[in-house]
Amino acid sequence: MAKNVRIPTPLRKLTNNEEVVEVNAATIGAAIIELQSRYPGIRERLMDDNGEVRRFVNVYVNEEDIRFLQNQQTPLKDGDEISIIPAIAGG
Amino acid sequence: MDKNDGYMKALKCRECGREYPLTATHVCEFDFGPLEVAYDYDRIRRSLTPALIQSRPQNMWRYRELLPLAGDPTVGFKVGFTPLIKADRLAKRLGIRELWIKNDTVNYPTLSFKDRVVSVALSRARELGFTTVACASTGNLANSVAANAAAAGLRAYVFIPSDLEQGKIVNSLIYGAQVIAIKGHYDEVNRLCAEIAGKFGWAFVNVNMRPYYAEGSKSMGYEIMEQLEWRIPRHTVVCMASGSLLTKIHKSYQEFTKLGLVTETPYKIYGAQATGCSPISSAQKAGLDFFKPVKPNTIAKSLAIGTPADGFYALRTMKQTGGVADDVTDDEIREGIKLLAECEGIFAETAGGVTVGVAKKLIASGKIPADDSAVLCITGNGLKTLDAVVGHAGQPREIKPSLREFETLLATENLSPVNA
Repeated sequence: MAKNVRIPTPLRKLTNNEEVVEVNAATIGAAIIELQSRYPGIRERLMDDNGEVRRFVNVYVNEEDIRFLQNQQTPLKDGDEISIIPAIAGG
Repeated sequence: MDKNDGYMKALKCRECGREYPLTATHVCEFDFGPLEVAYDYDRIRRSLTPALIQSRPQNMWRYRELLPLAGDPTVGFKVGFTPLIKADRLAKRLGIRELWIKNDTVNYPTLSFKDRVVSVALSRARELGFTTVACASTGNLANSVAANAAAAGLRAYVFIPSDLEQGKIVNSLIYGAQVIAIKGHYDEVNRLCAEIAGKFGWAFVNVNMRPYYAEGSKSMGYEIMEQLEWRIPRHTVVCMASGSLLTKIHKSYQEFTKLGLVTETPYKIYGAQATGCSPISSAQKAGLDFFKPVKPNTIAKSLAIGTPADGFYALRTMKQTGGVADDVTDDEIREGIKLLAECEGIFAETAGGVTVGVAKKLIASGKIPADDSAVLCITGNGLKTLDAVVGHAGQPREIKPSLREFETLLATENLSPVNA
C-alpha cells in the first residue's frame, strides 16, 4: 500500500535529495514515524517536543490541510499524495 | 558578514535564532520557522538621523538603511510616502477625538501597499541575479509584481485564485505578466506555489524572497511616524490577511525607538479581519495564541487567507502592545467603504472597509478610547474591487438634457445638501 510523500526543499538533505518518497503507513502520524525510521532526524524537524506538528509546518493529504481532516489520525489509502509545506506569507 | 551586504548581517530564524546566508531562502531547515533579516543597528544608528531622512526624496527609500538591500534600489524608485490625512469628518462619525488615515490607496504605481514590498523584493531579486519573478496573490500583490516587473524588464509569473475580481485580473494581465488562475482559494494557490518555488529557479516574492519582501511593509510605519512629526501613534488599526503587515508596522515602531528617531511612548496595535475569514481575530477574541485555519468566504478577497502565515506573530504583537482584534460582516465592510468615501473622499477597496468597520466597533466599545487619537492603515484602492460595491452605491438618476426635468427632479427627489 504505497502513498507518496512530497519532500519540501528544506528537508531534502535528509532524504538524499529525493523529492518524492513512498510510505506504507495507514495514518499521517504513522507516516512521520515511518519516515523517521528511514531518514533519521526528520521527525524532530516536523514535530515539536510534545509530538505536535510544528507551528510553521502545513501537512496536506490530496491537497487538503490535515487540520481540516483528522490531524495526525488522518487515514491514508493507496495512492494518496502527501505534501509537507512551510507556511508562507502573501496577499 | 560580507561587506557587500549593506546594513544586513544575516537571515535569522525567528523561532530558534539559527543564522543563514543572505540568499533567496525563507525557512529554517531545522524547525521551519520563518527567516528574518538581521541588521547592524549600531552602524545604522551612527548614520541615520531625522535630518538625513528629510533631506532625501519623498519615497520609501528615504529609510533605505532599514530596508534589506545591499546596494541602491533598482525597482520602484517612486514608491511610498503616501499621504497621512487628518480625517476630522470620519473622526466625528466614529466618535473619536482625532483620526488619521494612512492612504495607500494612492501608492505608486499600482494603488496598494504591495508596491512597498514588491519594490524591495524585486530589487533584492536583481541583486541575487534572478531574471524571473513570481508570486502567489489575492490580487494586489499580483498587480504590483506584474507592473514593477514590467518596468524593470523582468519576466513575471503571477498565480491567483480564479474567482478574483475582474479589476484585479485585468490589472495583472495588462502589464504582460503570465497570469495563472488556479481553481481554488488562496491557500491552495499558496501551497502550489510553495511546490513550484522548490522546483524552478525563480524569485517568488512571497516564498523564497519573503524575508526581504516582508520588510518593505515597515516603510508604511516609518512614514506614519515621520508624518506625525516623529512620534508613535497611540492606536494603530491594521487589516490582516497573513498578518505580516501588522507585525511589520510594530517592528517599524520598535526600530525607530531603538534608533532614537522617536521617543518611546506606549502604543497599541489592533488587527482587523472580515468575519468570513477571521482565523486571527477569532483566536485573539478567544484568548488563544494559535489560530485554527478556515475556508474563506468574504467579499474582502484581498484578505481571504485561511491559513495566515504570520497569524501567530500577529497574535503575539497584539498581546504585547495591548491591542485586540475584531472582524466585520460583508455588509459592515461595504458600510466602511462608504463611510470613508463620504467623509474623506477616499475610495478604498474591501480591505479598507474592513479596517474602517473594525475601527468603528473598537471605538464604539471603548476599546479605543473616544478621547484619544488613532491611525487607520488603508491599504488598497476601491477601483480594483468595484464588483464588491456595484449595486450598493446607489444609481445615477437619468433625465433628458432639459432644465425643466432637472428642476422637477430636484423638487421631487429632495436632494439634501452636503452634511455639515
